[in-house]
Amino acid sequence: MSEPSLILDGREIPFVPGQTILQAAEDAGAWIPRLCHKPGLEPCGSCRVCVVRANGRTVSSCTFPASLGMVVECDTPDLLAMRRLIVEMLFVEGNHFCMSCEKSGHCELQALGYRLGITAPQLEYQFPRREVDASHPDILIDHNRCILCARCVRTSRDLDGKEAFAFVGRGPHKRIAASAGSRLRDTSADVSDRAIDACPVGALLRKRVGFSVPVGRRPYDAVPIGGQEVGR
Amino acid sequence: MEATSGRRVVIEPVTRVEGHGKVTILLDAEGHVERARFHVVEFRGFERFIQGRPYWEVPVAVQRLCGICPVSHHLAAAKAMDRIVGGEKLTPTAEKMRRLMHYGQTFQSHALHFFHLASPDLLFGFGSDVNARHVLGVAAKHPDLARQGILMRRYGQEIIRVTAGKKVHGTGAIPGGVNKNLTLAERDPLLAELPQMREWAQATVKLAREYTLAHVDSLGGFGSFPSNHMSLVRADGALDLYDGGLRAVDAQGRAIFDHVDPQRYLEFIAEEVKPWSYMKFPFVRSLGPEHGWYRVGPLARVNACTFIDTPLAEAERRVFMEVAGGRPSPLTMAYHWARMIELLHAIEKIDALLHDPDLQGTDLVVRGERRGEAVAIVEAPRGTLFHHYKVDENDQVTMANLIVSTTSNNEPMNRAVASVAKTFLDGQEITEGLLNHVEVAIRAYDPCLSCATHALGQMPLDVELRDAEGRLVARRVKDSRG
Repeated sequence: MSEPSLILDGREIPFVPGQTILQAAEDAGAWIPRLCHKPGLEPCGSCRVCVVRANGRTVSSCTFPASLGMVVECDTPDLLAMRRLIVEMLFVEGNHFCMSCEKSGHCELQALGYRLGITAPQLEYQFPRREVDASHPDILIDHNRCILCARCVRTSRDLDGKEAFAFVGRGPHKRIAASAGSRLRDTSADVSDRAIDACPVGALLRKRVGFSVPVGRRPYDAVPIGGQEVGR
Repeated sequence: MEATSGRRVVIEPVTRVEGHGKVTILLDAEGHVERARFHVVEFRGFERFIQGRPYWEVPVAVQRLCGICPVSHHLAAAKAMDRIVGGEKLTPTAEKMRRLMHYGQTFQSHALHFFHLASPDLLFGFGSDVNARHVLGVAAKHPDLARQGILMRRYGQEIIRVTAGKKVHGTGAIPGGVNKNLTLAERDPLLAELPQMREWAQATVKLAREYTLAHVDSLGGFGSFPSNHMSLVRADGALDLYDGGLRAVDAQGRAIFDHVDPQRYLEFIAEEVKPWSYMKFPFVRSLGPEHGWYRVGPLARVNACTFIDTPLAEAERRVFMEVAGGRPSPLTMAYHWARMIELLHAIEKIDALLHDPDLQGTDLVVRGERRGEAVAIVEAPRGTLFHHYKVDENDQVTMANLIVSTTSNNEPMNRAVASVAKTFLDGQEITEGLLNHVEVAIRAYDPCLSCATHALGQMPLDVELRDAEGRLVARRVKDSRG
């Protein structure tokens, strides 16, 4: 009996039952843009960057299960425009000053901006007033750069077994908080936590190591995010 | 509002890239030039922006102050942060990488200024047709010279790229050291081009020297005046662009202070605030604001140092000092010659560094006892640059004070403009000649504004003549097309 398959942008690709569209595409060498998704974590579909159209329905590919004969559109002008808009909104909603950010060249948001061809956002910058919590001796949170992907929340809970981070507030006031108190130093967060590495942007950082990798040797200096695979 | 019975002549460049600059010439009741004010709106927002930011971000953030010599801010901030992390005694590889970056910057910035900005004035004359007096005019009449300028600038930028990671706004210097060494693959192309660069640098110094000597009589009356001079010098008094102690000399060359530890700069230098300018006015405390103003930059450095530790530049310096009669040269236009002496010094230093195996070392960063406050000074292409920071126990910056070279040269530029205006302002008419000569005097100091407004040698000007009540008497507008 042959493996089940689906159609991705006109190409038949196999999948293993239980896989999501994004996983099936990845196994077939097709990279679908994403931000909140991280291997090893339960997908949550919050950022919507991985949006595709499955059998005519707009879904997040990191959470939607692949199914037999499903027709998936990924690389289409309207979906690309939608992804661009989502990423643009993330840029203007926070304070992302790549030029002086130590995550520059390592940052998934910045890399995605380049990959999607965003030269300058068309939307108005919000310039919110946000704080830096540097109270912890070895790590800091710069809320200016947080995109609320919940990767730190999920990693701390599911992989570090700590629940050091949580969301507080609603709507535009939603932010990452140290779960045990108002300041990072009051939590169980530690410099060796995997949650620190989970941050796709420059929001959750180890102290005193910024800029130690020279320009030219940073992960996204030579190869775009997602590599050279198809998909945008 | 100025409480004066005289008139004001306002020369106002209308474009703004680095900032907005204008010149106000104040007349007395008889219509004679009383004094002049050169305004640069250097918005000091950076000192506020970086409050609350982690200290290791500062060297990368503050260099965005400028696109011409960002390396100066990058290195000054990095040197301050070296002290914050207790790593001011760098490894040989780190110190030499930073010096190479700095000399590369000095080389490219000085080449840019001389060839692109100053050479049209020097080659064609201050009063020549503005339609030809620009870098394209130089390219048409002296194609070899224009080509040299471009290639020398590119060479310096390439040095910055291999030391800082990027030609503009790199990240090479980090607290306590650097993030890379120099690979042989990066070094060898630079070594290959070195002899040509040295040869061109020598020819350029010769050009600047011959110009100055040929015009020495007229330049004495062109925006020139005796003044104090300040610069970093090495412990043995040698010219040092990257590190050292502060030395100030008076118009006779006598020391006002010497080998001052940068950490103590506030004991020797104060800043005065004036209501009509965003710029502060630094002065030597012991002399007070009236007499304590000083010049910085190439002229001040060559005047203040005891010697230059590279042979070709030292030979030039000796001729320079001989022409000045063994005292500090008062000539505003001698900035150009001094700048080219430094260009030659920079390429000699680059030569020595590129042959130094320490640059291939792998020991890049040191750390020591943490401090909460630090001052660092470098000699930027345009002059002495101070960075002063306080950092709290959470690693966040709580205070920053930057004194940039254009600020120190504020009063000297005012004096130069006043001196030129006394010669060239005729009655109430704002002539082309006046504008041209004011431009040339300001440009000698190479303020950051110069490249923003005269990349093509055509300073856009809006000139107004107003009486004491503010009524418009005359106006002359020149747009960027002349």
